[in-house]
Amino acid sequence: MKHLFSLGVAAMLAAGVPGAAKADTAGDVQQQCGTCHALTHDYATLGIQERAERKAPPLDFAGNKFQRAWLVSWLQNPTRIRPAGVFPPAHVKDGPNGDVVDAASLAEHPAVPAAQADAMADYLMTLKPFDDLIKAETYQPGTIAKSMGKMNFGKFKGCDACHQDAPNSGGVSGPELYTAWIRLQPAFISAYIANPLAWDPHTLMPKGDIKADAVHKLADYLKVIGEKQP
Amino acid sequence: MKKLLLAASVLAVGAVAHAEGDRGAQLYTMYCTQCHGAHGNGKGINAAHMSVQPRDHSDIKEMSARTDDELFKVIQQGGKSVNKSVLMPIWGGNLTDDDIHALVGHLRELCCQKD
Repeated sequence: MKHLFSLGVAAMLAAGVPGAAKADTAGDVQQQCGTCHALTHDYATLGIQERAERKAPPLDFAGNKFQRAWLVSWLQNPTRIRPAGVFPPAHVKDGPNGDVVDAASLAEHPAVPAAQADAMADYLMTLKPFDDLIKAETYQPGTIAKSMGKMNFGKFKGCDACHQDAPNSGGVSGPELYTAWIRLQPAFISAYIANPLAWDPHTLMPKGDIKADAVHKLADYLKVIGEKQP
Repeated sequence: MKKLLLAASVLAVGAVAHAEGDRGAQLYTMYCTQCHGAHGNGKGINAAHMSVQPRDHSDIKEMSARTDDELFKVIQQGGKSVNKSVLMPIWGGNLTDDDIHALVGHLRELCCQKD
């Protein structure tokens, strides 16, 4: 039933239903995004099983997380950020040499017309429950030699077990990170690497014991590779 | 009456053990299968992209050589803590001690399924 609703919403968006454009944006987001995305932090009070039941990443802290320009662009032309979906174990099948991603099981995100993408991004950027985490962040974007950054990302910190730092380079269970710099706010990148649990208690990202300067080096590497993305 | 109480106790212990087993399997699916595989054979969706291959948890010989304490430590403190790969993350921040004990219990089930 939810799939039918989503398809209906997608069809409405594609057709540019006149009433939809006039709708209150908060209600619009609630209706069209809320089917799959959490818009409040209530999931944090639930058991761990809710993580397995998510259909899409939470958007309740979108305003602390995303770059507005990226949101506007992506909503009009969505591409896959998580190669194995929001909950990878649900999108796995047996392959000849082990598990592979069951691409056919991954849902496509509907595209949104430009004006609506703009309005939705405006609204999503108001969702900022974690201003305190951003304010406490000390990261100042710097630079790092790409080769050193890659070595740190892979060999020293093991991020490439789950994340790609270039198309088809790195693990597939986490979101790709070669567009992270244009997608995410620098302070969010740093704060999330340092303590992902502060943002999402059911995150599948490990909270390591990484020191602030090491976090900042990783963020700088994402800057180096992200700025070169088209 | 005593027999009834004993039976109830046995049932309760069994239920707790079952729930613990379920918890271990649930956590394994969530946090471990991406690398160690849906079947626990070390062939998860990330494995092909990793410089060090994840442990095959269904390998009886390999798993028998590890004590429960060692397994607990590597989950809690990461591969580096036991001179293994950094690709095995530190999960002690995400998981409670009880969670990790449940995972160790599940690992023992995985390794023995080949019997």
